[in-house]
Amino acid sequence: MKVIEAKKITEIVKLLCIEANYELPRDIFKSLKERIKEETSPLGREILKDIIANAEIAKTQRMPICQDTGIVVVFVEIGQEVHIVNGSLEEAINEGVRLGYEEGYLRKSVVKSPILRINTGDNTPAIIHYHICEGNRLSITVMPKGAGSENMSALKMLKPSDGVEGIKNFVIETVEKAGPNACPPSIVGIGIGGDFELAPYLAKKALLRKVGERNTDEVIAQLEEELLQEINTLGVGPQGLGGSTTALDVHIETYPTHIASLPVAVNLGCHVTRHATFVL
Amino acid sequence: MYKKVTTPLDDGIVNQLKAGDLILLSGEIYTARDEAHKRMIESLNRGEKLPFEIRNSVIYYVGPCPPKPGQVVGSCGPTTSGRMDKYTPVLIELGLKGMIGKGYRSKEVIEAMKKYKAVYFTAIGGAGALLAQKVKKAEIVAYEDLGTEAIYKFLVEDFPVIVTIDIYGNNLYEIEKEKYKTNLKR
Repeated sequence: MKVIEAKKITEIVKLLCIEANYELPRDIFKSLKERIKEETSPLGREILKDIIANAEIAKTQRMPICQDTGIVVVFVEIGQEVHIVNGSLEEAINEGVRLGYEEGYLRKSVVKSPILRINTGDNTPAIIHYHICEGNRLSITVMPKGAGSENMSALKMLKPSDGVEGIKNFVIETVEKAGPNACPPSIVGIGIGGDFELAPYLAKKALLRKVGERNTDEVIAQLEEELLQEINTLGVGPQGLGGSTTALDVHIETYPTHIASLPVAVNLGCHVTRHATFVL
Repeated sequence: MYKKVTTPLDDGIVNQLKAGDLILLSGEIYTARDEAHKRMIESLNRGEKLPFEIRNSVIYYVGPCPPKPGQVVGSCGPTTSGRMDKYTPVLIELGLKGMIGKGYRSKEVIEAMKKYKAVYFTAIGGAGALLAQKVKKAEIVAYEDLGTEAIYKFLVEDFPVIVTIDIYGNNLYEIEKEKYKTNLKR
């Protein structure tokens, strides 16, 4: 059994919030650079250059890449042999968010009630997903999720007879409709299968995979490639102002589903799809 | 390749701005997003004045990050403009000349822009750190209790924007997408 102090978790979450907001994951940075060469629109190339310059400024000046420092999504993988002491895990995570957003000069973007809309003032609560697994590891991933891309995401309960064509049509329609609002070039996270609530969770988790990495299932990897190619023929381009770089990548995660169901969720990630992980 | 433009704007200036023009904007602009718009419209409905001179002004749809010590403002890129569409035509009618944001606008907003001569600029969404370098002064004008959603007066210098919808109704989103669309199926 491994014993972990709750305050240790707070410290880690605080640092992950700051790090994720200041520093773009290297795979995304690298992909943006590569895309400049391939982008067909001159304005699109200029926009990609500015996006890269922005990430560099944020890193060197230690400031947020994007002002929308998001609502914090936390993925916790906790080994069943881990014992957390001297505090609640949930409160420890939220305290980490509170401290990170204050000390990192990050924007507080959470309202307490979706109806009354009064800001909580400290960017809590986080949205926390727990996954219990074997062993004695504790892995914490912090993903600050901006609303521009989140608001253009969608879920559809397809019929099994809609098949692969139906999935493709829904994904492409969603990306095209999102246009400039989702801050392209996007990372398109897709969840297929499970049920009404699992598909969007899979889509969100798909955004954590590195740009350029494929699903290990050959059929799904092929579908990712086909979707990426077709999305980049839509013409939407960087910031929706035209071009051949609408998406940097397409990631699909799947789960078994009911004989009558084909849920498909598309969670759009902007060009600042931030996340940072720490494993204890 | 950039054109320099200084606020306040007027009909003479906006007449010259065409969709696709790259602009370096200087002068005073006002920040306002969801809650500030809601309050401004509520003020108008009560017959009160707006907290700043709307005539010939430019509104920037943004909720900045808090400044670190020594910074004028934290990261401050544009937010999605469409959420302000409901409130915008009446502001344009009162003389608002420019908006800076990102993303689509409604038919009603574009019609008001054509009728009363107002222009829609976009800045690069997600480029908050880069755009913050162009803000030289920031002061709160109204609704301080809203935090990041308060109305600020920004003094900007060579703030880079793109004319995306002009007063003639030309829409760069539509024009450029059509140019680069190579998809034959859809």
